[in-house]
Amino acid sequence: MTTALFSIAGAVALLAAVMVVTSRRIVHAALWLVVALGAVAGCFGALHAEFVALVQILVYVGAIVVLVLFALMLTKAPTNPLPALTTRRSPFAAVVALVLALILGSGVVLAFGNEKLKPVPDGSAEAVGTAVFRTWVLPFEVLSVLLLAALIGAIVLSQRTGKKGD
Amino acid sequence: MPLIIPLLLAVALFCIGVYGVLARRNAITMLMSFELMLNAVNLNLIAFDAWHVDGLATGQTLAVFVITIAAAEIGLGLAIVLLLFRGHGHVDADAARDLLEQERGAEQ
Repeated sequence: MTTALFSIAGAVALLAAVMVVTSRRIVHAALWLVVALGAVAGCFGALHAEFVALVQILVYVGAIVVLVLFALMLTKAPTNPLPALTTRRSPFAAVVALVLALILGSGVVLAFGNEKLKPVPDGSAEAVGTAVFRTWVLPFEVLSVLLLAALIGAIVLSQRTGKKGD
Repeated sequence: MPLIIPLLLAVALFCIGVYGVLARRNAITMLMSFELMLNAVNLNLIAFDAWHVDGLATGQTLAVFVITIAAAEIGLGLAIVLLLFRGHGHVDADAARDLLEQERGAEQ
């Protein structure tokens, strides 16, 4: 049951990911990204990581893709198909990706080819929250400082510095 | 369920992301490919967490942390992309060669 659910979600994620990197319309690529991220959230759910699946949907689909769509709007992205969206070196890129997939895939198969996993329901918000605030408190605080720094950096970058020499 | 299925899915997603970063020209589509790669990492973390249940929810906690870092990264990345658009009028990553020209000028 878990395997079937995971396989369906994984197949959807793969198809949508391929569409994200090959679609000739930028807005369509961004919308396929929603499908890919949602399908990966489904994979998380199939592995009994319900809280991470919900965070994935909230943060990725709810915030990041909306941010990407806003950026597309602000950069006047055309909605018609653009053949020039992919560079001429895309065959080389495909070769690099295939070789990397072969190396990583063979390594993973050699290392974990016979292992089985049995997902147990331990991915509730209570379990993850307890782990975050009991074991992982220091990384959590460091991460909040990092997020604040990124926020300030984004504000500073997007400020209009009209005056020269400022 | 064999552990190899999520791991191979993560490998495939990561390599699709690598292809996207290398082959795309628009900076925003490159950022979308970054997100695919980060998702592959998250899938690995969740799969290993389900395989090796340690009672600390290590993999899931780290996945939540990676999602947070992805949010910070996309915020900064899109701010830089908007800055590029404001200065150059395009978001073509191949045509943004300001640093390259400076380097060539310094050599001469």
